[in-house]
Amino acid sequence: MNDMETPVFLAPRSLKKVITHFCPGCQHGSVHRLVAEALDHFSVQERTIGVASVGCSVFLYEYFDIDVVESPHGRAPAVATGVKRARPDRIVFTYQGDGDLAAIGTSEIIHAANRGEDLTVVFVNNTTYGMTGGQMAPTTLAGQKTSTSPYGRDIANDGRPMRMAELLTQLDGTAFSARVAVNTPRNVLAAAKVMRKAFQTQVEGRGFAFVEILATCPTNWGLSPLQANERIAAEMIPCFPLGTFKDWAGADGAASAGAGQ
Amino acid sequence: MDQRLFVKGNEAVAMGALAAGCRYYFGYPITPQSDIPEYMARELPPLGGTFIQAESEIGAINMLLGASACGVRAMTSSSSPGISLKQEGLSYMAGSELPGLVVNICRSGPGLGGIDASQADYFQAVKGGGHGGYHLIVLAPHSVQEMYDLAMLAFDLSDQYRIPAMLLGDSVIGQMKEALTPHARPQVTLPAKDWAVEGKGTRSAQRIVKSLYLGDGELEAHNWKLHRRYELLREHEARWEALDVEDAELIVTAFGVTARIAKSAVRMARAAGLKVGMIRPITLFPFPGAAFAEATRNAKKVLCFELNTGQMVEDVRLSVARDADVYFYGRPPGAGSLPTPEELYAQIAAYCRRSA
Repeated sequence: MNDMETPVFLAPRSLKKVITHFCPGCQHGSVHRLVAEALDHFSVQERTIGVASVGCSVFLYEYFDIDVVESPHGRAPAVATGVKRARPDRIVFTYQGDGDLAAIGTSEIIHAANRGEDLTVVFVNNTTYGMTGGQMAPTTLAGQKTSTSPYGRDIANDGRPMRMAELLTQLDGTAFSARVAVNTPRNVLAAAKVMRKAFQTQVEGRGFAFVEILATCPTNWGLSPLQANERIAAEMIPCFPLGTFKDWAGADGAASAGAGQ
Repeated sequence: MDQRLFVKGNEAVAMGALAAGCRYYFGYPITPQSDIPEYMARELPPLGGTFIQAESEIGAINMLLGASACGVRAMTSSSSPGISLKQEGLSYMAGSELPGLVVNICRSGPGLGGIDASQADYFQAVKGGGHGGYHLIVLAPHSVQEMYDLAMLAFDLSDQYRIPAMLLGDSVIGQMKEALTPHARPQVTLPAKDWAVEGKGTRSAQRIVKSLYLGDGELEAHNWKLHRRYELLREHEARWEALDVEDAELIVTAFGVTARIAKSAVRMARAAGLKVGMIRPITLFPFPGAAFAEATRNAKKVLCFELNTGQMVEDVRLSVARDADVYFYGRPPGAGSLPTPEELYAQIAAYCRRSA
């Protein structure tokens, strides 16, 4: 094989070679790839069980070549708890959106973290309910217009955006909590490192690991994919700062520069 | 195993579950069933099992969903208001064809109601309390021994048909103590759980446990498949106890706590020379309709006793011969509502005298 034929960019084993159903510019595909690369890195595809949640990400099993169980809206951390307790030697992750995890599933995520369940939670924050058509989420930014906040999110009426990565950091059961973004190549590379760390946490049995990913929803934001990436930098990151907020391998509590910015 | 124990119904159901091989319990405290999680919290760890006091009933049923998806025997228990919270998860388990045991030690409602025995959750249990149109396998113990026996049966039927099972008890059956003879689990051959998620391992095909079917005709086919299983249950798994129905002119029917009281009333009626028999449904779904059809070829009157304002009576009416009359006597549950044998005997005597 000469240099011309040496592959330099391979598709992850843990992903099927199929085209996704996601909208143009949606970053679920990128996040799927980061998760799959982490599974490949630790060679755990064969012993991984994914827990799909409700929303655009429910079709996990169409794209990941792993065993998957579907959960009701918001309940993925409870379903994953049952899976992990029944199969403690498996790698178990949930994949949840912000409407799922930060609204209807707030109780389940907080208590799974507090029990220190050996799970990896992949939390995709695009500040809206994607599949249901762009309604206001707990993560919706102040002033952001959505189909249920047509005049913009009014903090006096609707409260302020919830910062889940910081919130979960406060719980003793959380071993790792970080926020990354996938809006630039640099941030994607940083996100890949953080994703690996989140799965390493579970591979080493250190407890609950949480990765929040700031991602786009161009369709519901009414922006082009490029504009949507710019919105992450201009509007989301100032409200949801990137960083590793808790790391079992480093200093707990203080934010450390782990994810670019 | 030929010992006799003096235990509470709630303990008996937990003991039966453990004897059936259940090693995972997920639950949340609520009166009058808290003896079950307390028993499991004490007994499961030494057996190498797992007890989790969940953050909510919703958390508990979804932990059950996850464990069951892995193919292990797992259970939860609660009482009426908590069972309402579990309905979402039960619908998903039914849609995902997951087995598992849910014990409902019923208390009176609606709402917070009270903690007294009730049979007002019959509709919720047998008609599919959650959304989407499904059934649970529903078993109704009327003694401490049956709490033990039916917990075992519930696991076996649930595994065989891949339908969640509910043991529908009540606060009298759960809280009273009587003799229990524990025994080993009956030997039954069950299908392999070749659907359980466990990590792909060397399998080439992934396994998916799900209830979402979006393709043209997929969900309809899935629902017909579930429906055929409900038909199989109706055909093969209906269970009931019949007393003195051969020469009976009036059939009394009741389940659970009311059946105990009705049995005393039927004995009083027989002693008084009245030709009265009794059918006690043990499975509420599948409902033992054939037993009623058979018995009402001769007996043309059926009297249904319930601790509610009339729920099972609807299934009785659908089951009897065309020319049989069905009567109902019941009281809404609550403190002081439990009928006495004399009260039910008076009803039996009145309907025996009444000409058709």
